[in-house]
Amino acid sequence: MNTLKYQSQAVAKPYFIFAMILFVGQILFGLLMGLQYVVGDIVGDLIPFNVARMVHTNLLIVWILFGFMGSAYYLVPDEAETELYSPKLAMILFWIFAAAGVATILGYLLVPYSTLADLTFNELWPTMGREFLEMPTITKIGIVVVVLGFLFNLGMTILKGRKTAINMVLMTGLIGLAVFFLFSFYNPVNLALDKLFWWFVVHLWVEGVWELIMGAILAYILIKVTGVDREVIEKWLYVIIAMALISGILGTGHHFYWLMVPEYWQWVGSIFSALEPLPFFAMVLYAFNMVNRRRREHPNKAATLWALGTAVMAFLGAGVWGFLHTLSFVNYYTHGTQITAAHGHMAFYGAYAMIVMTIMSYAMPKLRGIGEANCNRAQVVEMWGFWLMTVAMVFITLFLTGAGILQVWLQRIPESGEALGFMATQDKLAIFFWAREIAGVFFLLGLICYISSFFVTEKKTA
Amino acid sequence: MSESFTKGMARNIYYGGSVFFFLIFLALTFHTVKEMPKRDHRENITEAVAKGKHLWEKNNCIGCHTLIGEGAYFAPELGNVYTRRGGEAGFKAFFNGWMKAQPLNIPGRRRMPQFNLTDQEIDELAEFLKWTSELDTNNWPPNIEG
Repeated sequence: MNTLKYQSQAVAKPYFIFAMILFVGQILFGLLMGLQYVVGDIVGDLIPFNVARMVHTNLLIVWILFGFMGSAYYLVPDEAETELYSPKLAMILFWIFAAAGVATILGYLLVPYSTLADLTFNELWPTMGREFLEMPTITKIGIVVVVLGFLFNLGMTILKGRKTAINMVLMTGLIGLAVFFLFSFYNPVNLALDKLFWWFVVHLWVEGVWELIMGAILAYILIKVTGVDREVIEKWLYVIIAMALISGILGTGHHFYWLMVPEYWQWVGSIFSALEPLPFFAMVLYAFNMVNRRRREHPNKAATLWALGTAVMAFLGAGVWGFLHTLSFVNYYTHGTQITAAHGHMAFYGAYAMIVMTIMSYAMPKLRGIGEANCNRAQVVEMWGFWLMTVAMVFITLFLTGAGILQVWLQRIPESGEALGFMATQDKLAIFFWAREIAGVFFLLGLICYISSFFVTEKKTA
Repeated sequence: MSESFTKGMARNIYYGGSVFFFLIFLALTFHTVKEMPKRDHRENITEAVAKGKHLWEKNNCIGCHTLIGEGAYFAPELGNVYTRRGGEAGFKAFFNGWMKAQPLNIPGRRRMPQFNLTDQEIDELAEFLKWTSELDTNNWPPNIEG
């Protein structure tokens, strides 16, 4: 059965499927790291912690990018009311990006990192070895090429079609993503400058332009599943992203507190980043409001659940858990502890992993020719996946927060001489790390549930 | 939301607000970059410090450690390790011994790999960590344990 309004939307499907494969890899490596926290190196020299972590975080970034690309290829033609400019280009870029991603991950796993640096001629233009930007320079160039082709394809589509607010906001977010990624090529010898501009990629992505992408996808899904008037939804979208950028741009300052910069960043960063929860709170109000005012009963209940869930979890993870340690006098004690890890986990899951699964939940039944929604049984399994993963993530976050509070208490608050050292403190946190690992196993079960929902079909009537 | 507040008004706040605050951000960044030489002592970046930073990156040290609070939370903070482990008097000797003793092979303990660095490379890495420990970080970390 053909259920796509525009045939070229179909290119989204491989992007979504590949994103899920990488997601599974991310979680497996996360579980390995969780074990390494408590039992040391169980896999010998095979996969040292730094390699596992690089794989875990880089897989996350890459699968979210695949998810964003799939989302854009799905929703831009629909919004623009025209076929995608070049489905062929979209498929070529898919294979390039997938091959580059797999090669990079294999590089991390198969040779020592320093050998990978030599093999990829890192000394010609050293960009490796910085957190989240560990990929070889050649991979970074590949990402730029793929993203430029992707933006060109979308831009040409929008130019020949309808220019909706959702498409414009999504495009702005994606162009911002490309522009700020260019800072990953700037790696000065002076660590102080290196650290300052590293945040231009990391912060301005996740607390800046990615929020535009998330907002646009959420708005699109809300229009689809609630049938509420586009004017109303797009007005909310503008208000939310206005708040996101007004708070988030100067909110960058909350990463500058302990860099080699003037003290005024303590004020600027504290005040503006304290406002960063507002757009996420507005998103919760808006999602629930729109669903309550719905003008149709969409058969895809799971997609609606994801849409509400991503708003709530993004508010908790990015908003509440971000605020917990964002004020400079608090951050002085919490900076670089397990509190940061707690926030990072829930924020990424709530805002970015869940928004990708929201649009996948809505789009996959159509991409697979099933119809408006999966059968009831499949939706039930999918919702089990939703709850297991989401509740597990809440517990992961709570346990890491517990670990972080104890770590601050033992290692940071006492004076020099009385404070416990790092490794001694870590031993005291073991119970929290074990609990986190168990919650992580439940997360994996949730993910297995979620993935298996794609294979559930209606019971054959005898 | 009130009907008198239109989509056009929301859009203008979005465009106007983000451009305005982005310009402020740029201005503050320019000022900050101009002020930084007073705080980062870049005149002390010798060739050894530069090579040390390269070694730091090439061996993915950030994959386990934090450096001024940024990085992985698996292994100790190294921004102030120079002062914590001996400073002028003892750090280099300690550090050379430490790097050569890895992996420690204590059962159940998190294990640092052996990176097979030469004496000269270990010295360059030490110079980088020494320079890093002298950065003005607005008094972070709160105590010597990092």
